[in-house]
Amino acid sequence: MPNQRSKHLLPGFGLTMGVSLFYVTLVILLPILAMLLKLAGMGLPEFWRIISSRRAIAAYQITFSSAFYATIINGVVGLLLAWVLTRYRFPGRRILDALVDLPFALPTAVAGLVLVTLFADTGWYGQFLEPNGLKINYTQAGIVAAMAFTSIPFVVRAVQPVLEEVDESLEAAAETLGASRWQIFTRIIWPTILPAFIGGCVLSFARSLGEFGAVVFIAGNIPGVTEIVSLLIFIRLDEYNYEAAAALAFVLLAVAFLTLLATNALAAWQTRYVERAA
Amino acid sequence: MNKLLLSAAAALALVATPALAQPTDLLNASYDIARELFDEENAAFIPAYQAANGVAVTINQSHAGTSTQARAILEGLPADVVTFNQVTDIEKLVEGGFVSADWQSEFANSASPFYSLPAFLVRAGNPKGISDWGDLARDDVSVIFPNPKTSGNARYTYLAARAWANEEFAGDEAKVVEYLTKVFLNVPVFETGGRGATTAFAERGLGDVLITFEAEVLSAVSLLGADKYESVVPSVSLLAEFPVAIVDKVVDSRGSRDLAKAYLDFLYSDDGQRIAAGRNHRVNNETVAAEFADRFPEVRLVNVDEAFGGWAKVSEEHFAEGGLLDQVFVNQ
Amino acid sequence: MTRSRSAGEIILITLAVTLALFVLVVPLVLIFSFALREGLGVYFANIIEPNTLHAIWLSVMTALIVVPVNIVVGAALAWLVTRFRFRGRQLLISIIELPASMSPIVAGVVYLFLYGGQGLLGPFLQANSLQVMFTPLAIVLVSLFVTAPFAARELIPLMSQQGTEDEEAALSLGANGWQMFWYVTLPNISWAMVYGAVLTNARVMGEFGAVSVVSGAIRGQTNTLPLQINLLFNDFNVTGAFAAASTLTLIAVATLVLKSILESRRHG
Repeated sequence: MPNQRSKHLLPGFGLTMGVSLFYVTLVILLPILAMLLKLAGMGLPEFWRIISSRRAIAAYQITFSSAFYATIINGVVGLLLAWVLTRYRFPGRRILDALVDLPFALPTAVAGLVLVTLFADTGWYGQFLEPNGLKINYTQAGIVAAMAFTSIPFVVRAVQPVLEEVDESLEAAAETLGASRWQIFTRIIWPTILPAFIGGCVLSFARSLGEFGAVVFIAGNIPGVTEIVSLLIFIRLDEYNYEAAAALAFVLLAVAFLTLLATNALAAWQTRYVERAA
Repeated sequence: MNKLLLSAAAALALVATPALAQPTDLLNASYDIARELFDEENAAFIPAYQAANGVAVTINQSHAGTSTQARAILEGLPADVVTFNQVTDIEKLVEGGFVSADWQSEFANSASPFYSLPAFLVRAGNPKGISDWGDLARDDVSVIFPNPKTSGNARYTYLAARAWANEEFAGDEAKVVEYLTKVFLNVPVFETGGRGATTAFAERGLGDVLITFEAEVLSAVSLLGADKYESVVPSVSLLAEFPVAIVDKVVDSRGSRDLAKAYLDFLYSDDGQRIAAGRNHRVNNETVAAEFADRFPEVRLVNVDEAFGGWAKVSEEHFAEGGLLDQVFVNQ
Repeated sequence: MTRSRSAGEIILITLAVTLALFVLVVPLVLIFSFALREGLGVYFANIIEPNTLHAIWLSVMTALIVVPVNIVVGAALAWLVTRFRFRGRQLLISIIELPASMSPIVAGVVYLFLYGGQGLLGPFLQANSLQVMFTPLAIVLVSLFVTAPFAARELIPLMSQQGTEDEEAALSLGANGWQMFWYVTLPNISWAMVYGAVLTNARVMGEFGAVSVVSGAIRGQTNTLPLQINLLFNDFNVTGAFAAASTLTLIAVATLVLKSILESRRHG
């Protein structure tokens, strides 16, 4: 129900609420409910035993830390790409813009195959990296590379539309008032794009947590060392142990959901802060 | 709300499956690397069936890992027949009431029209001199086989290695475990499927030896070049069956039992066996086996029943979570 | 803007282009070099193979259904959460983003839990001889699921940043709701919608894990392009697999070219 304080000027509350609830319920919540019901079939001790086994904990560590590193890489790279693509005009800009979505268009298995071929000791990159002691394939670095590659578009595409809409007259005004480029960026641009940037990072992180196809190609899949949670889930499914698979999936989902919830709250708080400051 | 959702789901379900009297199509759910084999079998079966029955039929193929396939059938994939490379996955269909419990007596050779065995693929000239299972535990040997947790192929490898070790160490379990642990430590990467392992070995040059089905080893040699690879058959190996079954629940509701039976029978016919042997599978048909004798060296085979007391026991003791496999694989 | 390039600008552009070269262009080159390594003839023969063609068709049809649905729903959802304050708003935003964080395999499996023979709705569906799993419908459903967040995620930050002044002005000038949306809101968000569509399209075309669980992988019927690529790869046909993969890449590039044309029309 709408909050009493908000002025209900704009139309469409009922319609959009109806469409959203119908869709969210049918497409997202109902399947997740089915998973939770599967989980309900097992007792709490059994649930705890599965999600806290040594192998599972090792898998969380490798998955979460790799997703974290991948997200940092994508935050920096994504911001750079979005900035360059929206702010500068240079030959090949359109092509670069088009290429950003490539990692999404490739089936993840192909992405994994491409990466593992590039980083093989005879591969285009591996032949230069391996002699210098940089081994990517079948190490955590490979997992990070696969996660980062498959989620490149998130930050770029989240920041890009907002950056395009940043009020340039505001920047021009600041410039005439003697503000430096850096001041303009930190005071005007950064606060505007921050919610989108965080949103992109979170999606990138969440996607990395669940990434399977590309990672299994390059990870080595050695239990306790380079075995990610998604692979463990896949193994449990192959053992026809649906409950265990659902339990592990639930952990991934819960972490992703809490991250989303926290950052969305943060973004909302930040937006209000900016609005108040404006 | 629930009612609304249900009717919405019903409205969305565009595809209904009415039970036809005499279907002329058949769905064969098979393992993931069998596409070319069954392309060839189907191309031979269709005219043979038409000649005998005057009906042109369509054979549809679905390929994936056999656990995935069994799961899909349990959840409603309308496969009339299964042609797997794992006995245990058909047993899952038995448990679910989709396949009758005596399926192994419905067709010859325990319902396995052809068979294979774990064998070795090494680089040309066999530079590391790998000839038997014992060599896999050497410190200077890097071994490639897929993840036994996700690949049936690798489960056969594990069992074959264990069968050899049981004989070698006269049943001394501590030594067997030590040997197997060493072998697993020599594996740099566990691909999720058999073909992935072959690609890692061949395309990326990983490992000194690839262990996979002999059928795969021989295909790799002929496809990728006899100048680059050669096959090694160990002193003893494990019989790897490729079991087939009629999915009773599906054929009974579709009325396709006769066609399904004719299809699986065809795999046992001379023509069907010749195609399988041509694709490097060993067959029991004596005429065809003689034709292809020079392709398959003599090897001593043990089977799961003799060596391990049957698949049910193997699943429980070795492959279940925390089982004997996990002891040598997970607790490295 | 006619000002000359600053040193910072040049550095940033160089950095971005170099990065893109190594991270995006080289993989692309690798795909095509694998796809073409047996010559152009083999390449085209691989693509016009009937099962590959059917897989391309199925993937395109799926995208044609999923993309518009998720764009419309994404717009409705973004309108709802950026224009109104209500209880559970944050929760709704977070829920819509959930599917992107699920392991694709799990996404497929939860649909099995729901519509499969042993699933929640299984008995009801079977009683009515309805089959959802292992049909193109199942592929559409999981594709809707895995790409549900993309459009909304593009629109929400933009629309909350834009604020409501323009729309309120339109209403006060006597526009009705649809007119306001059509003439004021839509032009403002069209870019984000295009980005959302591009992302959604790319992911739908490329999705493997979730689809592999629910499609049944029946060749010529429910095999999507990524599944077909996997099948070809499993046939030792690496060249064929990469040829099929290159068509996905080409489709993606075509979408992007279309986007660029739209963009230049808008600026021109």
